[in-house]
Amino acid sequence: MLKLSGNIDPIKRAGVCDDLFTITTDPSLPASVRNRFALLSQRPIDVAGYGVQLVNGDGQKDGTHFPAESTVYRLPNHFKYLKSGDIVFINSKRDFLHTLFRKESRHNSILLTEQCNHYCLMCSQPPKKVDDSYLLRRTFELIKLIPTDTRSLGFTGGEPTLYGEALIELIRQTKLQLPCTSIDLLTNGRRFKDKEFARRFGEVRHPDCMFGIPIYSDDPVRHDYVVQAHGAFDETIRGILNLKRFGQKVEIRIVLHKQTIDRLVSTCEFICRNLVFADHVALMGLEITGFTRPNLDLLWIDPYNYKEILSEAVSVLNSYGMNASVYNHQLCVVNKDIEGNYRKSISDWKNEYLDACAPCTRKAECGGFFSSSKTYKHSAYIRPFA
Amino acid sequence: MSEFHQIASYKPRSPNYRLLPFRFTELNDHDYVATNLAGEYLVLAKDVVPKLINHQLPTDDPLYTELRARHFLTDHTTAIASDLLAIKVRTRYERLANFTSLHMFVVTLRCEHSCQYCQVSRQSDNKLQFDMSLADADAALGLALRSPSPYIKIEFQGGEPLLNTDLIRHIVTEAERRKADKEIEFVIATNLALINPEFLAFCSEHDIKISTSLDGPRDLHNRNRPRPGNDSYEKTINGIRVVRAALGRNKVSALMTTTEASLSRVKDIVDEYLAQEFSGIFLRPLSPYGFAIRTKSYMKYNTERWLDFYKQGLECIIALNKQGIGFREFYASTILAKMLTSGDPGYVDLMSPSGIGIAAVVYNYDGYVYASDESRMLAEMGDQHFRLGHVRENSYDDIFLSPKLLKPIEDSFAYSNPMCHDCAFEPYCGADPVFHWALNKDYIGRKPESEFCRRNMAIFQHLIGLMHGDGFIRQLFLKWANRC
Repeated sequence: MLKLSGNIDPIKRAGVCDDLFTITTDPSLPASVRNRFALLSQRPIDVAGYGVQLVNGDGQKDGTHFPAESTVYRLPNHFKYLKSGDIVFINSKRDFLHTLFRKESRHNSILLTEQCNHYCLMCSQPPKKVDDSYLLRRTFELIKLIPTDTRSLGFTGGEPTLYGEALIELIRQTKLQLPCTSIDLLTNGRRFKDKEFARRFGEVRHPDCMFGIPIYSDDPVRHDYVVQAHGAFDETIRGILNLKRFGQKVEIRIVLHKQTIDRLVSTCEFICRNLVFADHVALMGLEITGFTRPNLDLLWIDPYNYKEILSEAVSVLNSYGMNASVYNHQLCVVNKDIEGNYRKSISDWKNEYLDACAPCTRKAECGGFFSSSKTYKHSAYIRPFA
Repeated sequence: MSEFHQIASYKPRSPNYRLLPFRFTELNDHDYVATNLAGEYLVLAKDVVPKLINHQLPTDDPLYTELRARHFLTDHTTAIASDLLAIKVRTRYERLANFTSLHMFVVTLRCEHSCQYCQVSRQSDNKLQFDMSLADADAALGLALRSPSPYIKIEFQGGEPLLNTDLIRHIVTEAERRKADKEIEFVIATNLALINPEFLAFCSEHDIKISTSLDGPRDLHNRNRPRPGNDSYEKTINGIRVVRAALGRNKVSALMTTTEASLSRVKDIVDEYLAQEFSGIFLRPLSPYGFAIRTKSYMKYNTERWLDFYKQGLECIIALNKQGIGFREFYASTILAKMLTSGDPGYVDLMSPSGIGIAAVVYNYDGYVYASDESRMLAEMGDQHFRLGHVRENSYDDIFLSPKLLKPIEDSFAYSNPMCHDCAFEPYCGADPVFHWALNKDYIGRKPESEFCRRNMAIFQHLIGLMHGDGFIRQLFLKWANRC
């Protein structure tokens, strides 16, 4: 698992820095743009004008070889993955670095807020009730730095729609700054019960923005229980209807665990009868992080033990012609009949395999594990293919 | 974890619930079928229904959750059912707004076959008497293009339409010239005996589909469909082959007609369709019109015998699928689409409001407009009740706003018909005012005596019964429901 944020060792501070920088390894960029870049090198380089310098290897600690006006940090080993073109946030008061964008990754996901009006049993990003609107402000800056040839970008939370109009503005700016980038926006969709809000979102006319919205059960009570919010089911459904009314793309996301698996097939039938206009349905394995860990007894069911249910659910979705995918599962614990819907989905920075997987002949096709599953809980039926 | 609430705190706090509109009908000795407003069904044990309707079903009964999720009841935990039901009902009736999409042109009544069951055709050399005139064809095309539907299908009927290919060529060419932004699909209903390479080239050029007749194996087919030389089967099979070669394999479909001789032969018939590499079969009942009723062949076998034939056929087709051979029965597929999806396949005989005129319309060889294929057959028997007007004498408004059309549609709307209104199967069924008029001289008919009602009810029950007892069949039927 990659560590995306953490402290870095100050070698030398010059002024205060609290900014976004694109990583470069080129010490000879035009002077006029250097302040937007973080110069990454193995050894200290005596060159002026870069926003910050990051030293990867062992070098001098006192910073005497750096120009007087430079801020210089040494990167701990877990930031070794950083490459030219990546975008980082650096705060010199806290000596803190956060990787926000990795150029080589297809899984760049931008956290917009940690506030949420759900409190899901299996939340991987437990909500916090603090004003973190700086995350949104920073994202407005970030999208100006992200290369325009980026294929896709995720916006996540918390619940991004809590920002209301400001989120609409972010999507509008993203469309202007990154016209060729598809956007996945993870939301519980409840805010879109307000038709006017959905309409204004539609007016942005983003060419490729998919709203990823969870429905955990066709039973309103069970859905409300899983997200720990009364009335959430109705609001989410209304939200989806309004988004579709205004021509938006909607992906329905179902996390599979002990509280959702019993009604999975009927939930898929519900989607096909009531929300047949949904653009995609994702059936997702459980990530063992956040609230899932304290709630593990309540949530854990070995995927091996629900593989028949998963097959039936996928068969229902396929029969109705619904575009459906199975995420976050391992090939050895699902039936062969769902392989057409199987996707390698786990974000690269938290994707691992077990030692037992080493001899597996299908490892390359397999999505593997969340790092958290490897650490805390995974199926007892993992067997390498011969 | 104390910060998380138990599921109990999300459950209804009071035992009170509200029933949403639903209907129930007996499935078997133990169960009822209940259907909600949008046609979603649940099989309920008989003792559950009184509890449910007397508001005595406990909220912790698993069935309670099921009934709430499928919009049979609602309580204070959720209010979304009415919105979703409204959308589903609206989706089901969506096609009404498009109005007439199927336009049948009877380009000639002449035919070189002399099928006993044929309802309309004539053997005659007098072209003028039984061919559609150019002027009538142009006027009929004008009416077809007035349809609000952005997509229309023009089907050439007979007689044998290939006896008048000049007119087909004229209509296709004219339609394409005059269609503006309408999308038009062409189909020819033909026995294929007269198909030839020149005309196939024309079909290929204009993407015309072929619908032919295949009644079963050679002996059965040739017995049902006599023609000079007694070679109807050979002509048809050869025709199917050349059409597939010229137009593509999915451009030719076949329909079978059931006769008394068919009733003991369902497996042979299915086998014949398999042998000819069709992906399915439509096991059709015999309609009560035309020669069929005059010769009493309709009366010769009753609904019960036909149902046995149908059920046997279906059983045999399901067995094929269990063996891994994908093959479907199209009547079941049409009904299953109504049972298992929110859409409507738009099959004219199973539409309510009836599809006469507003889904399909017939322009007869003599320029008269009929509300349906059955309507012109009735006219051939002397009853012109459903003759809506003439292509050159009446305007579009005259014809499609005629009380002769609107009254039977309104009167026969099943949702408001006695007995249909209470029937759990009403969402799957159709209004068939022409059929009931033919037999009872009223648009509704007497449902307890109606063969239409008896036959369809039995099929609905049979299909639900099959799905109820067998997971394989349920999965298979779900696939059929979604691709017809």
